[in-house]
Amino acid sequence: MAAADGMAPDGIAPDHRREPNHGLRIFLLWLPVALVADLLIWFVWGPHMPPGAMSNSAASQQSDITVMAVMAAPVMALVLIYGVYALIVWRYREGDEEDGPPIHGNTRISVTWIAVTSAIVLSLAVFGTVELVGPAGAGAGEGNTPIWRPSGGSPLQVQVIAQQWRFTYRYPQFGGFETTSLMLPVGQNVQFNVTSLDVIHSFWAYQLGVKADANPGSNNVAYTKPGHTGNVQVRCAELCGLWHADMTTAGHVVSVSAFSAWAASTKIQLAALTKNLPPYSLTYDPNSVSQLGKAFHQAGLSGAGGGYYGSQYPVQP
Amino acid sequence: MSLPARVTTLIVAFLAVVGAVIFVVAHYLLGGPPTVDFAASGGQVNVVMQTDASSSPTSVPDHPTWVSYFIKSPVTGAWVHTTLFQVPAHTRVHVTILGYDGSTPVRNQVWGQVSGTVGNVAYYSGKPVQTVNGWNGRYLIQHTFAIPGLNLNVPVQAGPGTCSTGPCTNKAHSTTTFSFETPAQTGAYRWQCFVPCGLSFLDGNGGPMQTFGYMMGNMQVVS
Repeated sequence: MAAADGMAPDGIAPDHRREPNHGLRIFLLWLPVALVADLLIWFVWGPHMPPGAMSNSAASQQSDITVMAVMAAPVMALVLIYGVYALIVWRYREGDEEDGPPIHGNTRISVTWIAVTSAIVLSLAVFGTVELVGPAGAGAGEGNTPIWRPSGGSPLQVQVIAQQWRFTYRYPQFGGFETTSLMLPVGQNVQFNVTSLDVIHSFWAYQLGVKADANPGSNNVAYTKPGHTGNVQVRCAELCGLWHADMTTAGHVVSVSAFSAWAASTKIQLAALTKNLPPYSLTYDPNSVSQLGKAFHQAGLSGAGGGYYGSQYPVQP
Repeated sequence: MSLPARVTTLIVAFLAVVGAVIFVVAHYLLGGPPTVDFAASGGQVNVVMQTDASSSPTSVPDHPTWVSYFIKSPVTGAWVHTTLFQVPAHTRVHVTILGYDGSTPVRNQVWGQVSGTVGNVAYYSGKPVQTVNGWNGRYLIQHTFAIPGLNLNVPVQAGPGTCSTGPCTNKAHSTTTFSFETPAQTGAYRWQCFVPCGLSFLDGNGGPMQTFGYMMGNMQVVS
């Protein structure tokens, strides 16, 4: 009898060697790797994470990305170490036809897995929500009626007007002048009111950590507070036509006194243009051009483009 | 099917695909309007353009009904249907735009402001202008010539009428002139019209507004 003589039925002697504690081995391999990775991410890589720390919203995003990287690195390290360990320790050996031990129904592993993954996901959800609320929307567009507003007085209002293929900026608190350059004071809350005159664009002030869609006929509010002076690169982040990639603007964060001087001089310099602008509004109806076209036609003038105001416009005369 | 027939079929199919790829690359990617080269004389360049409501089918066979710019060749004096031109760096460019189109209100009045030119001024038939009201019944603007990379914007004066057989030479037109300095940095600087004048396209922004040779193009700055 095989059982009686200590031999397996097929004549192969069973392996009575004590199985090592693989879990402990993997843990001991994983712990220093995860620790080193997290320390490197937090202290070395973190301060260089995008989009930098030029504003409170950018700094918030930078810390969020760092925290997520710190949480993700141990998970990734565990997966990689487990994979490498399995390839080495549990690789196929000549004559070894035996299955591994079944883990189905192992309550301890199941509970541990569910508890750990739930803790990671739920903690990230709570953390993400807090981080969104704390810095007044974290630089994202909040729509026309923002839920989260910055505390500490009324912010500087800057209207961002997108059109193919340029951003312009209107300053309603300084007479409503409109410029092609973005200028902001350091240390003050800024409220961007973002809209479009034609198709959908997206206002992305990279270094400020601000990104808000620009929709025609809609106002999209985003907040930030620049913490350092410097240059800001503004890009369109929504494919908007042939020159989308070239729809960029250089913005500047300057001292409060420099901003005040700039605003005062620009207000005077653009006074003649400002008189021609429509009254300040949170949105501008692109179809109002057809109203102008009607008056234009009634004046007996012919249209540029040989008839730009096509029959699709309801007010076409 | 015999082996020779299968090999022949494979070769024919391969050649057909290669031919199609070459056609697409040559026709759509490498094709396009020509570039008019302006050489500096005494550190200055004279660029003459015209705008037309539409063009004759012989001069613009692809889209004769589209509004379009033309550029005058400094070598032959002929009007070239293109919006691509090349100028030297560090050079003063004198631009003359002959307006053979009508007028239109700009969608954003900010483009009624002259900027980026020498003295931040342009001239309508010799009369200096800095801020042009394109609304309120005055209708002075037909298109704009803008190079965003240089913060240059010039509203082009409306013409007394429209010419539909561009390039036009014997009709009344407006004359807009201005000068600007090309930058030291060589490269392509896109320019465009900011009046959405693409007839029959959504909000006027399609067609000629997004096609080289019509209402947008490139200024190539070379050393």
